[in-house]
Amino acid sequence: MARVLLFGRLADQAGWRDRVVEAADLSALRQILSVELGDALTAPGVQVAVDKAIVRGEATLTAATEVAFLPPMSGG
Amino acid sequence: MIVTLADQPFEPGALVTAFCAGRQETGAVATFVGLARAEQGAATALELEAYPGFTDAAIAEIAQVAIERFKLHDVHIVHRTGHVAPGQAIVLVATAAGHRREAFEACDFLMDYLKSRAPFWKREHGPDGARWIEPTDRDRTDAERWD
Repeated sequence: MARVLLFGRLADQAGWRDRVVEAADLSALRQILSVELGDALTAPGVQVAVDKAIVRGEATLTAATEVAFLPPMSGG
Repeated sequence: MIVTLADQPFEPGALVTAFCAGRQETGAVATFVGLARAEQGAATALELEAYPGFTDAAIAEIAQVAIERFKLHDVHIVHRTGHVAPGQAIVLVATAAGHRREAFEACDFLMDYLKSRAPFWKREHGPDGARWIEPTDRDRTDAERWD
């Protein structure tokens, strides 16, 4: 289980930006989210942060874990 | 060093006055203020989304790089989030150094980073709806000058 945050166009596409999702690890989470987001999460430039640190591989998720999907950043 | 994400309008002048106060060895303070443009009526507001705790940490990290690279005495960065109306300040960067060259260059360096690499998601609202904005080629090449 994890708290999932979506930013930018990903949040628009999903229609939500903050939700708790039941998933044991990142790949399970991606699988669940792909139902509504298709392949948007694996699009070029989309990064994943687990507890506010960028993660490139797999990660185990607990109820206290925060996972953020970050589309390409715009800058300020 | 101070890095702030502000969800309400801020007054750059007051912040610059406070930043300059009480310095004995700082000979130069350089400041940059970025304002939202109306784009001849095409933009009614700029919307900036940040990831609190992640965005400010990333900016603080680059500010620390600037402090070391340009031997700064101090840095103050304020960046708006939420809806910013044309004419309002989006960003303030203030750098303090012993001499002007370091202060100017660090300000330029920090703005190039903020425009192209800082974790914000930006959307322009206008009469024809809203569109997400990504860094321009110019923003990217400006940032690459420092690599």
